[in-house]
Amino acid sequence: MGWQRAIRGGGLAGAAVLAALAGAAPARSQPAPLVAQGCLGCHGPGGAGSGSVPGLAGRDRAELAAAMAAFRANERPATIMNRIARGYTEAETAAALDHFARRP
Amino acid sequence: MTALRRRALLSAAAALSVPALARAQGAARLLVIGGGFGGASAAGFARRNHPWLDVALVEPQPRFVTCPYANLVLAGERRMEEITHGYDGLRARGVRVIQDRAEEIDPVARRVRLRGGETLSYDRLILSPGIAIRFGALEGYDEAASRVMPHAWIAGDGAQTRLLRRQLEAMPDGGVVGLAIPANPFRCPPGPYERISLIAHYLKRHKPRSKILALDAKDAFSKQALFQDGWNALYPGMIEWVPLADDGRVVRVDAREGVLETEFGTRHRVDVGNVIPPQSAARIAVASGLTDATGWVPVDTRTFEARAAPGVHVVGDANIPGPMPKSGFVASSTAKQAVASAAALLRGEAVPEAPYFNTCYSHVGADYGISVVNVFRPNAEGTAIAEVPNSGGVSPRGDLPEQRRLEARYADDWYASITADLFG
Repeated sequence: MGWQRAIRGGGLAGAAVLAALAGAAPARSQPAPLVAQGCLGCHGPGGAGSGSVPGLAGRDRAELAAAMAAFRANERPATIMNRIARGYTEAETAAALDHFARRP
Repeated sequence: MTALRRRALLSAAAALSVPALARAQGAARLLVIGGGFGGASAAGFARRNHPWLDVALVEPQPRFVTCPYANLVLAGERRMEEITHGYDGLRARGVRVIQDRAEEIDPVARRVRLRGGETLSYDRLILSPGIAIRFGALEGYDEAASRVMPHAWIAGDGAQTRLLRRQLEAMPDGGVVGLAIPANPFRCPPGPYERISLIAHYLKRHKPRSKILALDAKDAFSKQALFQDGWNALYPGMIEWVPLADDGRVVRVDAREGVLETEFGTRHRVDVGNVIPPQSAARIAVASGLTDATGWVPVDTRTFEARAAPGVHVVGDANIPGPMPKSGFVASSTAKQAVASAAALLRGEAVPEAPYFNTCYSHVGADYGISVVNVFRPNAEGTAIAEVPNSGGVSPRGDLPEQRRLEARYADDWYASITADLFG
């Protein structure tokens, strides 16, 4: 029934069906912006974590921001994040944190 | 609604499959050539972040064997199946995967000719074809010789890696494994030294009287101090590294006799020979007129468009990447930038600005990892790339067993993560 109405009537429901078919993500799981893509190399698909590398998605933003600041200042035990954190501008770090904190 | 009617409507909806829908709306066609770290990243990123693009991927192999972690296969620490990945994940994202070999690009007509006879049109092309071995650059080293002394530097279907592994297994204890290592630039700068390490790891456990002779066409290499510290700690006396200055450059190979001959005429007889020869961009880049005299493809450092062919974005090991290494991570990172640029240019928008990343782990032993990290930025003109000052660098030196152990584990997690990003 829902299908019939959606396809016949077009409109919002139809658009939603087509958007889903076209692979558009729902708003709550927006794809990672370019600046956050580098994180996905180690931190798992969508930032969900990989093995012993911790996940970033859905974490508290203030907690992530404090960790990044500590890595930049070399004040937190690290293997490689201290070397990476210093490569981002403040604005880039903020954009990446915004993205991961918003993810479910 | 009857079951029959519901089924009919569902199949009507399914018929609006992703590429068909996109084409029906006149979507821009993004064609990707090469299904490795650059190409698979490009195709997946395009579907995730720019679902309005109609994305096709041309790749001759049905499955991709990674070069990263192939050295662990040589060491007997991984199986080939664990470094082999299929394209079903990309298909599920709506990428049309075409199993064929792209032969030549016509960048003016924006068409690509495939070996199977088909011609594909595109609006923007992402070319990530990888490298070619420059057979003939070392006298006596041709394709036939590579079946006796493998290069194992292009994974392909995995045959070269399997051959080298079999030869190591067949070698008697007390044998000599010889490596010929090229001058810069080449694919994966730390790769030969990780290979030395992991062959040593295998020999130490199974053939402890054996030796490794590494003949190098240069005097310094990536993560050198860390590798040499590790060799001294884990494999004392087993590895002899001969730099260019000590007649390390191999110029001639006699595969039948098992001889690597250096510049000043020293003939080194080895039991297993691994010749990592000089390289260039893959054949299609050369055939399509994209390379310069170096054999690599000069590109705009913001869009990665070939200087010789705007609209053709060249990423991965085939391009001239400024100070960036030819690594899988850089291929993936820059492929995403190239797709984002292509998408912006198709829409008449500004090219995005973002840093490029490299995180490159090497195993010195099974539980002993080291790394190099780099963050790079292009200049505004797209003519150069520079490393961000005071960032990146290699692992610290010193007796740091916990750091080495953790980096080996994080290397495994990196491999799982990036291959999931590429092929998941």
